[in-house]
Amino acid sequence: MSLCVGVLGLQGDFALHAAMLKRLKVRSKTVRRPDDLTDCAGLILPGGESTTLMKLMAETGLDEGIKTFAAGHAVMGTCAGLIMLSAGLIGEKKVTPLGLIDIEAERNAYGRQVDSFVDRVRVPVFKDGKDFEAVFIRAPRIRFMGEGVKAMARHRDEVVMARNERVLVMTFHPELTRDARIHEYFVKEMVMKSRF
Amino acid sequence: MFKIDKEYRTKIGLAEMLKGGVIMDVTTSEQAKIAEDAGAVAVMALERIPADIRADGGVARMSNPKMIRAMMKEVSIPVMAKCRIGHFAEAQVLQSLGVDFIDESEVLTPADERYHVDKWAFKVPFVCGCRELGEALRRIAEGAAMIRTKGEAGSGNIVEAVRHMRMVQSNMREITTLGDEELVIRAKEMGVPVDLLEYVKKKSRLPVPNFAAGGVATPADASLMMQLGAESVFVGSGIFKSEDPQVRAKAIVTATTHYDDPDTVARASEALGEAMKGLEISQIPESERMQERGW
Repeated sequence: MSLCVGVLGLQGDFALHAAMLKRLKVRSKTVRRPDDLTDCAGLILPGGESTTLMKLMAETGLDEGIKTFAAGHAVMGTCAGLIMLSAGLIGEKKVTPLGLIDIEAERNAYGRQVDSFVDRVRVPVFKDGKDFEAVFIRAPRIRFMGEGVKAMARHRDEVVMARNERVLVMTFHPELTRDARIHEYFVKEMVMKSRF
Repeated sequence: MFKIDKEYRTKIGLAEMLKGGVIMDVTTSEQAKIAEDAGAVAVMALERIPADIRADGGVARMSNPKMIRAMMKEVSIPVMAKCRIGHFAEAQVLQSLGVDFIDESEVLTPADERYHVDKWAFKVPFVCGCRELGEALRRIAEGAAMIRTKGEAGSGNIVEAVRHMRMVQSNMREITTLGDEELVIRAKEMGVPVDLLEYVKKKSRLPVPNFAAGGVATPADASLMMQLGAESVFVGSGIFKSEDPQVRAKAIVTATTHYDDPDTVARASEALGEAMKGLEISQIPESERMQERGW
């Protein structure tokens, strides 16, 4: 059977991630319950409202389900997905993220919606040398990176994309563009290499 | 075809992030907190919910900025607020407050009988109501980044939202069957730009997210609208006019997330008390139907 990547479908722009995977000819599956993860080779946590998503994850038991899944599989998170995968949130004690990558994030760190923007970011790992057009929506900022976390892209000297062995996160939304390079990188370099 | 520039992309982008969620009308900071705790993706800051606006009569205007500010401080989810149709000065005030979305809403008393707000002139995104595809595309032509059904606000009756959602979907299906030469005449008849009809024909969808509003009162109502093609649900009077707002808010969120799983919708519906009473649409005089406002 061909490789299948799950997309957390509790809330947010998960359909756009599925469309991106389809363009890469990768099968995808909407994940709403822990059981849905059984035949997934990787998982994407989409953009959405992190407050809402974290509540819904806890309610369905997906918080523990994803932690178990991530021990052996690759996981990617965009914007709210990054917040959920992080190890901690600046200035917030009530919400506990999953802690699957050693970064600390600050939510809505650029301001409110009127401060959302589109700008080019450099992703050195892309051999074609072309910038990535990144869409930042009420975006978080990475305020701290621990050991074992590697910077993958910068916007004006600031890290906006990072990874460790199995987890890839970014503060912007590649799924809102027509550029599939980040999804392709995730599938080829992380999902396929973490299968055992 | 219809072009989407960088700024418009960030506006539509926020609408995309709100998909699969529930946006709740709230009138106090306490209610905003209840909504956030129940899992709302955004709140709509209002002085009076539509059912009370309907009951009280008089002119309904933009809410007091002080109250909107208080809510923005209270919750971390996006805060929306309503301006009157065509009242661009109210919209300017809301933008200066930093609200995340403006609803140019028929629930408030219209300020202009001919023109809607030029929404391209704003950095903050707008949502507008519609009853059919032409109305939706006219609002998009004016710059709206999200469309919702009008339904009949404050009625607690889902029938109008269903009618409007079905109408938009059926209109879109018709457009996809037209030849290119037919699109020009259809555009003329509908009073919409041809490039927007071309977009609909090519993609079989609107260029912006399409949400449901106006009459959602129960978890099953939310599931119904999602199955009919809504991408999220606005709940106005349905929550804070019911017996148990906290439980009902949560139940409607659950039913929206798992809208295609009747077992979960059933469980969410079980714990509920009395829903808002609701109004039979034929009992509302035509002059008092909010959906007739806007064109």
